[in-house]
Amino acid sequence: MKMAVITFPGSNCDYDLYKAVQQVGGEATFVWHRQRSLHGYDAVMLPGGFSYGDYLRAGAIARLSPVMESVVAFARSGGPVLGVCNGFQILCEAGLLPGALVRNASLRFESRDVHLRVERQDTLFTSEYDAGAVLRVPIAHGDGNYQADDDTLERLEGEGRVVFRYVDPTGTVTPDANPNGSWGNIAGIVSADGNVLGMMPHPERAMESLLGSADGIGVFTSLVKSLSTAAV
Amino acid sequence: MPQDLVTSPLPRPTDPPVTPELVADHGLSPEEYERVLHVMGRELTFTELGVFSAMWSEHCGYKNSRRLLRLLPTEAPWVIQGPGENAGVIDIGDGYALAFKIESHNHPSAVEPYQGAATGVGGILRDIFTMGARPIAVLDSLRFGDLDSPRVRYLFSGVVAGVGDYGNCVGIPNIGGEVAFDRGYEGNPLVNALCIGLMKTEDLITASASGVGNTLMAVGARTGRDGIHGATFASEELSRDSDEASRPQVQVGDPFTEKLLLEASLELIASGAITGIQDMGAAGITSSASEMAGRAGNGVELDVALVPVREPGMTPYEILLSESQERMLVVAEKGQEDEVRRILEKWELEAAVIGRVTDDGRFRVLEGGVVVADIPALPLTQGCPTYEREGVESEEVKALRSADLSAHATPSGDLTELFLRVLGSPNVANKRWIYHQYDTTVRTGTAVRPGGDAGVVRIRGTRRGVAATTDCNGRFTYLDPRRGTLAAMAEAARNLACAGALPTAITNCLNFGNPLKPHIYYQFREAVRAMADACQAFETPVTGGNVSFYNETDGKAVYPTPVIGMVGVVEDVDHITRAAFRNPGDAVVLLGRNSAELGGSEYLYVTAGLVAGEPPEVDLMAERRLQQAVLAMIQAGALHSAHDCSDGGLAVTLAESALGSADPGDASLGVEVTLDDDLPPVAVLFGEAQGRVVVSCAPERLDEVLRLAADHDVPARSIGAVGAPGGALRIRVRGAAVELPGERVRDTWLQGLSGIMDAPHAAGA
Repeated sequence: MKMAVITFPGSNCDYDLYKAVQQVGGEATFVWHRQRSLHGYDAVMLPGGFSYGDYLRAGAIARLSPVMESVVAFARSGGPVLGVCNGFQILCEAGLLPGALVRNASLRFESRDVHLRVERQDTLFTSEYDAGAVLRVPIAHGDGNYQADDDTLERLEGEGRVVFRYVDPTGTVTPDANPNGSWGNIAGIVSADGNVLGMMPHPERAMESLLGSADGIGVFTSLVKSLSTAAV
Repeated sequence: MPQDLVTSPLPRPTDPPVTPELVADHGLSPEEYERVLHVMGRELTFTELGVFSAMWSEHCGYKNSRRLLRLLPTEAPWVIQGPGENAGVIDIGDGYALAFKIESHNHPSAVEPYQGAATGVGGILRDIFTMGARPIAVLDSLRFGDLDSPRVRYLFSGVVAGVGDYGNCVGIPNIGGEVAFDRGYEGNPLVNALCIGLMKTEDLITASASGVGNTLMAVGARTGRDGIHGATFASEELSRDSDEASRPQVQVGDPFTEKLLLEASLELIASGAITGIQDMGAAGITSSASEMAGRAGNGVELDVALVPVREPGMTPYEILLSESQERMLVVAEKGQEDEVRRILEKWELEAAVIGRVTDDGRFRVLEGGVVVADIPALPLTQGCPTYEREGVESEEVKALRSADLSAHATPSGDLTELFLRVLGSPNVANKRWIYHQYDTTVRTGTAVRPGGDAGVVRIRGTRRGVAATTDCNGRFTYLDPRRGTLAAMAEAARNLACAGALPTAITNCLNFGNPLKPHIYYQFREAVRAMADACQAFETPVTGGNVSFYNETDGKAVYPTPVIGMVGVVEDVDHITRAAFRNPGDAVVLLGRNSAELGGSEYLYVTAGLVAGEPPEVDLMAERRLQQAVLAMIQAGALHSAHDCSDGGLAVTLAESALGSADPGDASLGVEVTLDDDLPPVAVLFGEAQGRVVVSCAPERLDEVLRLAADHDVPARSIGAVGAPGGALRIRVRGAAVELPGERVRDTWLQGLSGIMDAPHAAGA
């Protein structure tokens, strides 16, 4: 399985994604943002960080990078795309996912472990989890407050496109469990076709119990498994 | 080099005449200027005066500290690079080396907390990656006045946001540090940042201008008019002819450019196209170019007209002394300039040829081909006069130290109530309000996050880890600089041992007042001497650091604060140990001895507003045995937790181990202990006696733990047991007790700092 990990100027979780892919037996390659072709890759990952310093608006400049044209084409043709944190912000800016990530309700950067409930088990990225499983995964962001217009939110919920929700350790959606003010405790969503996942929490930082949690592994094993099934 | 170039440059038309007043404004005494004239053999130009002023400033020249700093041990078989480079480097085994250093950004942070703190982080990151090491962790050591002042809350929130935003953006995890609030820092916050970086031993590169004929290149951000004189002073008179006076003297940080510069620099070093690299930090191009020349025994010649600038009309003086951030000076192999440009261009950064390495030992500066400064490099970088000043202890401190504290040893209220006051003090309470603003997990190496005794990063591809901590109790060092410094060293080493690491080396950040005052120089002298003794005893050499003098407002100095940044090696990640109790029913063991000491304690400050008494005694050999005992227990796999006893005393240590991280999903446990010492209960609960660690172990390992303690000649006794999840805290002392439901303990601890900072209108003004 060949996975492209895109590096924008200012990306800082590219290395972590790269290692996560390797850990589950995938083949990862760093792709510099000026490269235009994504030919030969089975999946594309947009890492966290501060592309272009996030000086205009998180993800707003990165979406104009040369590689993004290919990322959009790759996604439109059904290729799996995972955007984590800044990657999620870029996917929203690029129009591959609806809505926007705005400033955290606390107006501060929020870095800590959160709990996520797996809302959809039948996606490319979550098939290895049990439905309703509760995961412990780190977040680290200043702009992770997911918002969209009412129609979009209704559609997302109606179509079951919310994949992860912030919950307490028992799996219950509570205001206290929401670290950033996201509407409906939304932590991650998929595109209508189900092949593009954007999420603010960092599954690639939850790959080993030595570092606090191994609950993120499922995202990567699910993807590898989906791809190998597709290839057969 | 033709001999005729080594002549007197002519003054530029707009240069002010070099008068005794101008010399004085540049911080040079008449005697120092005499020495400069002797070195030069002629009168100086204005540009040259600026250069000398910066290089012979306290910041660059260490005039008032260098002689004492020579007392510090700097060598050990594992030290690869000692003081004098951008950062120290030690061998940590398996082919890896660790670069690390701490630095202060106190003055800028007092003026502009956000940018001051942010650029402090930026500067220390550059010191690490210019050694060829990739930064893997940051720690911050912060001190402020009491939080009841809106101004202090403003400084505190600004500094935390600045430290956080910069490190978060570059993508370096924060793994720990410390913060203290005390009126002794009211006017002068202290902001010290430590960075550690990892490299393969063979990738080490130094800041040296070697290879005559090699090319000097300025890379990274452009040079602007910000921060001119950061290393010396800000003088309005000097800027009469420019609008510089109206500009802030604090530099502005750009972490995005820093991230690009980091990647570009590591790529440059790996490419072999360069022979040396140095951050343009304090005193900018002047210090980086002249120091690189001085280290190699070579000269440099550069033309300021070739330096990329942000605005036209900058004078050589301004270009040479600008402290614009995110800039580097690189020495490229002759012929490799295009390769350097190619790498910088990939990272969307500029690289410009500005000069070359010469063989004449001169620091020569041209402006469009015309010489404007020509100075012998070695006297400039090494010739700064150094002084040993008069040191006399202040009578005021002597009186404070001999204060009679006996009245405070008898509680003036309920012990449980007193305990809650100490636990809820911002100095003791949980610090998540701070570290939740710091990315602690990026780079997937952080095994122990902030909030414990020491942060730990694992080294991928090996079984090893690296632990780091920063420590200093300013009240102790104020009351007795010697004891306080010994205590800082001892606490740092205990913290590392508790995490499962062998203390290996230190970097120091010496924050003091004006060294020309005898009572300040006394503090400095005693602190350095004590540090030298402790470094010997612990076999932890000093590999670098920073001296920050003149931390004074209206003539009042901060507490003398020699912050110790200590690093240690964890042999096997299986040894990583945390402060939190793990299992109900485990035995709780106290290592070390309680005492009647109360001097300098948080208890006295919280209950009586007092900073007084003798700080606790430190027995270096007993500390060393304690560290070894804890490590032996950990390496035997006997411990479930280990926690150093420090601020707030033993009752706080027990509560912290019981509470754990207090994060959702991590249960807090109860604890029940009995302390039957023949001592005043207040001292047992709240005294800050040194040399103590609280460990827990499975009941069946208790005998082994006690035996290992005895083997190391460390006093040890079982004092109780870990309770159930959510269980109560019960500490019985002679004839009294602290008894509280777990939830109450937890709320008090969690709210102590957050409650103040999250209150409406807490942000301050």
